[in-house]
Amino acid sequence: MAEAERFALIDCNNFYVSCERLFNPKLEGRPVVVLSNNDGCVVSRSSEAKEAGVKMGVPLFKITDLIKQHGIVTLSSNYALYGDISERIMSILRNFSPSQEIYSIDECFLDFSGIADGLAHGRLIRQTIKQQAGVPVCVGIASTKTLAKLANGTAKKSTECGGVFDISALTDRQRLELFAAAPVGDVWGIGRKLVERLEAIGVHTVKEFHDSDLDKMKELFSVVVERTIRELRGQSCLAMTEIAPVRKQILSSRSFGTYVYELGDLEQAVATYMATAALKLRADESLAGALQVFIKTNRYAAPEDLYSQTATVTLKNPTDDSIQLVKAAISALRQIYKKGYAYQKAGVCLLDLSSINERQLSLFQSEASVSRSEKIMKLMDATNSTMGRGTLYLAAEGQNHRWQIKSNFKSPEYTTSWKELPIAHAK
Amino acid sequence: MSEREPGYPEALADNRRSAGFPSPADDYLELKLDLNNLLIKHREATFFLRVEGDSMVGAGIHSGDLIIVDRALQAQHKKVVVAVLDGELLVRRLSLQGSEISLVAENSDFTDIKIAEASSFEIWGTVTNVIHEL
Repeated sequence: MAEAERFALIDCNNFYVSCERLFNPKLEGRPVVVLSNNDGCVVSRSSEAKEAGVKMGVPLFKITDLIKQHGIVTLSSNYALYGDISERIMSILRNFSPSQEIYSIDECFLDFSGIADGLAHGRLIRQTIKQQAGVPVCVGIASTKTLAKLANGTAKKSTECGGVFDISALTDRQRLELFAAAPVGDVWGIGRKLVERLEAIGVHTVKEFHDSDLDKMKELFSVVVERTIRELRGQSCLAMTEIAPVRKQILSSRSFGTYVYELGDLEQAVATYMATAALKLRADESLAGALQVFIKTNRYAAPEDLYSQTATVTLKNPTDDSIQLVKAAISALRQIYKKGYAYQKAGVCLLDLSSINERQLSLFQSEASVSRSEKIMKLMDATNSTMGRGTLYLAAEGQNHRWQIKSNFKSPEYTTSWKELPIAHAK
Repeated sequence: MSEREPGYPEALADNRRSAGFPSPADDYLELKLDLNNLLIKHREATFFLRVEGDSMVGAGIHSGDLIIVDRALQAQHKKVVVAVLDGELLVRRLSLQGSEISLVAENSDFTDIKIAEASSFEIWGTVTNVIHEL
């Protein structure tokens, strides 16, 4: 019999808040929220903050009363910290499966096919990440990625399963009961707009969605929706490397055709990838508040030839301007580049995405400078296909900017700045 | 890796004459001593902390020193650890005597801390090295 496919989705609990708590234990047990770039909206909530009624994505000014009433701690986002902790977690997780797909800063899929006791493996993962990186995670296990994502939701909500839930351990009846109790919006890839359309035709629960007619749904919606239903029925349609449609971030990375050794070449590559990512960003009408750059040697190289590093930069103002993004990416790359390694892969990732319609001009940003940037970007997009040498020139202009974010409640860069290390009291 | 990753742009790849066989000198460079290799056993689980206070001078840990903390290690009796106590990170020597846990100071000006069962105490990590600037 062919080996059955199995997937696990590992998702960090309230990731940004958990990173903050690791170095500031006073935050343990208290309601805490982390705010988006420029202290705009809530992007991460502790369970206590959720209980206090803070909704995801709510603007800060709308919860001033709640904050006072419940003594909620508000923190600015610290992407240097979150990026570093994320890189550690993803690196630890690589040891638990031959195949890993990093889906976002705090989630990844692991191939669990052939793992005899998935639950035990999941528990070991949970325990290891908590001990080593200090962040609680939940593990959802199933025969498809869509089911694994759903299982992860159950692992988070249910108190009995200890953070690890295997949906295939359920009987058919139990599974359908679970589906009947869950709203269709819980399904991976079914966003708010789709939920409205589905409800309009009487599909409210995951069970109703699961039971619906494949041909009809394909006709009414799309192949993607049909595929999602197949996945809910246990038929794996999404392989490990496929990138999911929901965008919390924009990733652009490549393996090189030949090994790359020199910083100059990596700069060109990173600039090119960033230009690609920035193009996608503008196509989405979004702004990025932070970005990551990573470089890697061949993962199968001898231990002394292995090097892999990620740097995260928080931008002063969220932007879609390639020039600013490339500059920031190059300065990040220069921090992590080490001579003497044969690099096989590099990439960039845009984080903290927000809609361009929500752009708030900061004190040092004028309408004129923003519209000038827009003009340049239009021109740039037109010539983007020939990016290369030009980008290098642009990168060379970059000085060692200190990319500071305007954030009133930011925690120290505990893990990425010598000057901001956490304090161990000797008293 | 896959068709989705067509590889390094050709124009750039063509400029890489040395691709293929790295020179033997590159291998030699790799053999340079790297403090990271010596001091860090579990990269993902290792953090640097700054010491503030004098309670551990007897262990050679002074105020302002940098300590290397490995969270992957299981905390053991007599090891110097970072503990979470009353919402703070505290560096002390761990003492496990039967069921009795205490955090021992290495300076007679400070008293040892006995851990009551109910208190919210947790081992954060094990201190493996101290970097003291002269």
